[in-house]
Amino acid sequence: MYVSGTDPQSDTFEALAMPLFDQLYNFAYWLTQNRDETEDLVQETYAKALKGFSSFQLGTNFRAWMYRILRNTFLTSRTGLKATMTVPLDLEEQDGLEPASEGATPEAILIERSDQQRMQSAIDDLPVASREILLLCEVEEMSYREIAETLSIPIGTVMSRLSRARRMLAERLRR
Amino acid sequence: MVCESWKTQLDTYLDGELPSDEMHAFDAHLRSCGSCAADALARVQRKRSIQTAGKRFVPSPEFRQRVRQSIEPKPRPGVVGWGWKMATAMLAILVAGLAVTDLGRQRTRQEQQVYSELADLHVATLASSSPVDVVSSDRHTVKPWFQGRIPFTFELPELEKSEFSLVGGRVTYLEQTAGAHLIYKLRKHEISVFIFPAGVSRSREDEPLPVTKKLSFNMETWSQGGLWYCIISDTSAADVDKLAGLLKGSAIS
Repeated sequence: MYVSGTDPQSDTFEALAMPLFDQLYNFAYWLTQNRDETEDLVQETYAKALKGFSSFQLGTNFRAWMYRILRNTFLTSRTGLKATMTVPLDLEEQDGLEPASEGATPEAILIERSDQQRMQSAIDDLPVASREILLLCEVEEMSYREIAETLSIPIGTVMSRLSRARRMLAERLRR
Repeated sequence: MVCESWKTQLDTYLDGELPSDEMHAFDAHLRSCGSCAADALARVQRKRSIQTAGKRFVPSPEFRQRVRQSIEPKPRPGVVGWGWKMATAMLAILVAGLAVTDLGRQRTRQEQQVYSELADLHVATLASSSPVDVVSSDRHTVKPWFQGRIPFTFELPELEKSEFSLVGGRVTYLEQTAGAHLIYKLRKHEISVFIFPAGVSRSREDEPLPVTKKLSFNMETWSQGGLWYCIISDTSAADVDKLAGLLKGSAIS
């Protein structure tokens, strides 16, 4: 006997999206730096993604798709607008590739003191564009191609922006 | 500056993003250049620090549940349409089934309570300094020891050709009913075998329960010859089943 039915598409969506929940939440918190805003951002991301899931092509990169929605949602939020207005992204693209740091001084200090909080403050202190690319690369372990897809930028820009983010982080750790 | 061109690419190398031939060339260079190797090590350590520091925020279970509920699959509209037509019939079945379900639930609750009590007995006995009152691996010593102590008798299997060994037994109680609690050993696992008069478990005695997971223990129950048996242990389901087979065989013979 057929008793009830559910939408197979939202079934699939739940199966794909929920395993990403913790990492999306962590990433969102780094962006907003506020718990209430993080919850709003994640909730809205899931609602938008579910709504637009019919346009997502199965077999393509779902993770990058979810991050892109989250990030775009953040950028159009009040906090996101404020954050991006303070950082002229275009200038960053002109920097090109440079070694992030020379010598082991900041790292040596960091390791010596085992100071995780210091690292967290340094990441916190980065402009949002540097913070997000660093987290996508180091914490989410995304490839350059995946980051490019998530941020909708060319791979060359990923490399230059990442290089700059690393250099800025090293400077903050050295302080 | 020494190795300038290598150092420019060091981060890309550590991110695993160089083409494979360049990756190999870089590997070879790092083996021969102390300065670049030291720089690479420092950057790897920093990557690890960022990774550790970056995994910082964890959502609350309540928030996770809220989001899950907001995206969980909804009934399909088509089904809802003709589902209304079925509603009356379903309601009738539901009402009729309610009494049975309620009875079933009550029964299940009682069964769960019995299984919990047996698990408690198993754990408490093994934790005590003298888990058994009759200490013997000889079934001809253990079985007679229960005479006059419990209101029934039972058969125990010959274990010579098996991996199991009998440790001993003690009198135990379940629902104010005296029964036998036997302890067997298999490698480093201890296995409790409880034997009570049938009816003590308040469960569906005629329906034997094959090996199932209860409270993380493997448990098997069955009724045979007016007695109710329950095996409980942390050993594998297959081992529990094997011992159950031996006990069932001895009760028939």
